[in-house]
Amino acid sequence: MPTLTINGKEVMVAPGTNLIEAARAAGVEVPHYCYHPGLSIAGQCRLCMVDIEKTPRPTIACNTVAADGMVVSTETPRVLETRKSIMEFHLINHPLDCPVCDQAGECWLQIYYMQHGLYDPRMVDEKVRKPKAVPLGPHVILDAERCILCSRCVRFCDEVTGTGELGIFHRGDHSEIGLFPGRDLDNKYSGNVVDICPVGALTDRDFRFQVRVWYLDSTKSICPGCARGCNIEVHTSRRRPHHNEGRRVARLKPRFNADVNRWWICDDGRYGFGFVDDPTRLTRPIARDGATRVSGSPTYPGSPRASDALRLHTPTDRAGLSAPATKITWEEAIAAVVDALGRLDPAEMGIVASPRMANEDLFALKQVVEGRGLPPVGFRVPPRVPGDQDRLLIRADKNPNTRGAELIGLDGDVAAILAAARAGRIRLLWIFGHDLFQSAWPEAEVASALEAVDTLIWTGSNANPTSARAHWILPAAAWVEREGTFTNFQGRVQRFRQALEPLGEARPEWEILGLVLGALGAPVTASRAEHWFRALATAVPAFAGLTYQNLGDGGQPVRARALPAQLSLLGEASEGAVEAPSDV
Amino acid sequence: MSGERLLTRNFDRADSHTLKAYRETGGYAAWAHAQMMEPAAITEEVKRSNLRGLGGAGFPTGTKWSFIPKNHAGPVYLVINADEGEPGTFKDRYLLERDPHALIEGMLIAARAIRSDTAFVYIRGEYVHPWRRFSAAVQEAVEAGYLGRGLDVVVHRGAGAYICGEETGLISSLEGMKGWPKLKPPFPAIKGAFGQPTIVNNVETICHLPHIINRGAEWFAGLGTETQGGTRMYSVSGRVKRPGVYEASVAITLRQLIEDQAGGVTGNGRLKAVVPGGSSAAILRADEIDVTMDVDGLRNAGTMAGSAGVIVMDETVSIPEALMVVARFYDHESCGQCTPCRESTGWIHKMTRRIVEGRGRKEDLDTILDVSRRGVGTTICAFYDGAVGPYISYIEKFRDEFEALIPR
Repeated sequence: MPTLTINGKEVMVAPGTNLIEAARAAGVEVPHYCYHPGLSIAGQCRLCMVDIEKTPRPTIACNTVAADGMVVSTETPRVLETRKSIMEFHLINHPLDCPVCDQAGECWLQIYYMQHGLYDPRMVDEKVRKPKAVPLGPHVILDAERCILCSRCVRFCDEVTGTGELGIFHRGDHSEIGLFPGRDLDNKYSGNVVDICPVGALTDRDFRFQVRVWYLDSTKSICPGCARGCNIEVHTSRRRPHHNEGRRVARLKPRFNADVNRWWICDDGRYGFGFVDDPTRLTRPIARDGATRVSGSPTYPGSPRASDALRLHTPTDRAGLSAPATKITWEEAIAAVVDALGRLDPAEMGIVASPRMANEDLFALKQVVEGRGLPPVGFRVPPRVPGDQDRLLIRADKNPNTRGAELIGLDGDVAAILAAARAGRIRLLWIFGHDLFQSAWPEAEVASALEAVDTLIWTGSNANPTSARAHWILPAAAWVEREGTFTNFQGRVQRFRQALEPLGEARPEWEILGLVLGALGAPVTASRAEHWFRALATAVPAFAGLTYQNLGDGGQPVRARALPAQLSLLGEASEGAVEAPSDV
Repeated sequence: MSGERLLTRNFDRADSHTLKAYRETGGYAAWAHAQMMEPAAITEEVKRSNLRGLGGAGFPTGTKWSFIPKNHAGPVYLVINADEGEPGTFKDRYLLERDPHALIEGMLIAARAIRSDTAFVYIRGEYVHPWRRFSAAVQEAVEAGYLGRGLDVVVHRGAGAYICGEETGLISSLEGMKGWPKLKPPFPAIKGAFGQPTIVNNVETICHLPHIINRGAEWFAGLGTETQGGTRMYSVSGRVKRPGVYEASVAITLRQLIEDQAGGVTGNGRLKAVVPGGSSAAILRADEIDVTMDVDGLRNAGTMAGSAGVIVMDETVSIPEALMVVARFYDHESCGQCTPCRESTGWIHKMTRRIVEGRGRKEDLDTILDVSRRGVGTTICAFYDGAVGPYISYIEKFRDEFEALIPR
């Protein structure tokens, strides 16, 4: 382990560590553009110059491996002067169009100019003109004039995805990033080039011109798009509600986790948040004509109040509600559910949980079921189109919490439940989240099962063809509107935090289930997701010892022996393990 | 001082490029001798000869060879840099055209010294005739059994980029990549072409080897100065009576070269300035030409021997215009990989052009000097350091001429 001195501070680093990472270990930031810990060393931007004792001139830190006894200074007068020069070189042909650039506010040209530049501009000649607003693919757009040719995006496509769409073409100050002929930047991870682009050259077609980044709030979360559970940040626009076309979630960004996703997320996950602010959101409990009414429950007159309309989101025909729907109160909805649960024989009920529900929700559901003789809850619904999977991040299982549902023990046979419904043995179905018409099962079978029951209760965030057939709809909060944990395919339990208030009257499933449980007469003290997690950790051995505190930002694995034997937790964990920390 | 011609001794024969002619003048005798020498002994001999690289950097050849790792298990490559692109330099094309077997024999010797069984010859794309001549000679050498029995030669043509003459840019290009210079470390002798230890030598450097083996290191060293042995080929162009390639000792002075060999200054007959080592070398004033042309002699004079491309300017030549032309060249040829070079070569070209066009500003000259000095030593390869040679020296030595063009 080499020990070196950086700005007078001694630090010990792993062999092979470069001086940028060694400096980080010593709490020193060496400015840089082209270096990225997840990519090969390019040494092109020349910004990361440092002084090394007994070396005649400043040296790039990215390509210098820390050696025992090395004495490094990052703030000598000539290093500061060199940095200033390099900043000037980076900016002489830059269009300086910050006022109309989406990167403004999170641009490393702006940041480093203020920290290390602050020279008086001397360039009075005409700048080099290059292509602007060039779509590279479905998600990314290029402004070649803003590009500083750090080649991070090129290296990402060469080294991480192995797809090689991008190259640097031409020479000298006419060099520009571009697509190889006949190619599009359409790999499954293309959005990452926007994240690693340190300037405004590559921007997100989805996000650009929507909202200024300084109006965004950031919340740590987990991507719900598949069983990987990539660590993300949810960026929300609340301070300027008229921006971003009124949508609250502006974008998702990857969050470094060495054991899960490193620096990256896939495009399906990145751009998969649209449902949160979609018109199909269910914002109030609903009773549909044909619902088996609870005695004494009043029927609401049809017209929704303006205060319920929630700007953009009213359950309408677009939500797939074909039959006349009536808004009801939560009290009425819970009473209806409890009435049905109490009235029927347990054998006449079927419950289909969702692997998109959080551990807390699933455990609350288990409390509702257990001790009442209810039949086993199932959660596995095979998708009509099998999910794609690759060697990088994407998992075939598009649910974030399949492992959690398994460990909590809700793994009943959904097909058998539906068969029982078709056979008339089940009179009440309670379905969480799923659209069974998107399953691998024939639509006619699904439809006959749903039609056969007297009472269909549906709980979820967005309307779909299955919810359209429900007699009772209990609207659930989207994952960004609540707290919770998912257990990824590796058995890693990870927290997601609340970024937004639930839309309308939507509530987290754990809260809905808590109300049901209370109405059934059980003492419920859990008033936060964390309370349910505590109960879960006490009751389910796999989760023993886990708390919100020790899960932290990066999550923790469940106890290894709780996992199925075929899953090599260590193997999977080490696959993504890296020593390097996160980067810009 | 003309002395004996080594490299150009056969240039006057019409059939000098053939195997027959080469053999008749003693060709491949050195290779026969070298085959009986241990590789280390060849390297030692070359070290003692004080042979220095003649492509531009002037690095001692034997020393470069000794950087090859001793116990490397995989292949070692010899790469011949025939991408002669330094403006004012046209010597290697003569060697390829008129004595290609000298290069092949030198390669056999060098390859034995570094234990290489594959050599690449990277020939400048525009050099069509030299490429044909050299390829024909390789064919002859294969048929005669010199090549293909321990050493295979791959001839590769460049595609017209100056930067591919930089040794790691050349390697990138040879590997099929864009001709971008590589980060050092690792140096090519450790990890070069296709990831293997590689020695890159200039054509002329290698052509000297048969003479060193035939006649000994001491004899060769004695032809030059204390720190550089032998002769070299000077490409003399510009305002001289007899422009062309002249072979002479490295100890010749610039004045002797211009006046005795090239027939003196033409134009108005009065010398203004000389670039002694290709366009990247700092310019010398007329009163600075009593310097020896060896690597150290010219370094001490504040310039460099470079590729020995001597560009002579008489008093009718406008130095600002000359700088504009040079700046345009470096702007056009910067590979664009790293920032200081990519951005300043274009910027400086624009400033020099503006000055020549009468739109200069008072502060432009100091800006060019400052930008040049700030970029030196900050780049991946030596391209920018080379560009800075003319930027700074032309302005410092002929500032009056520039200022005269700037409107008051």
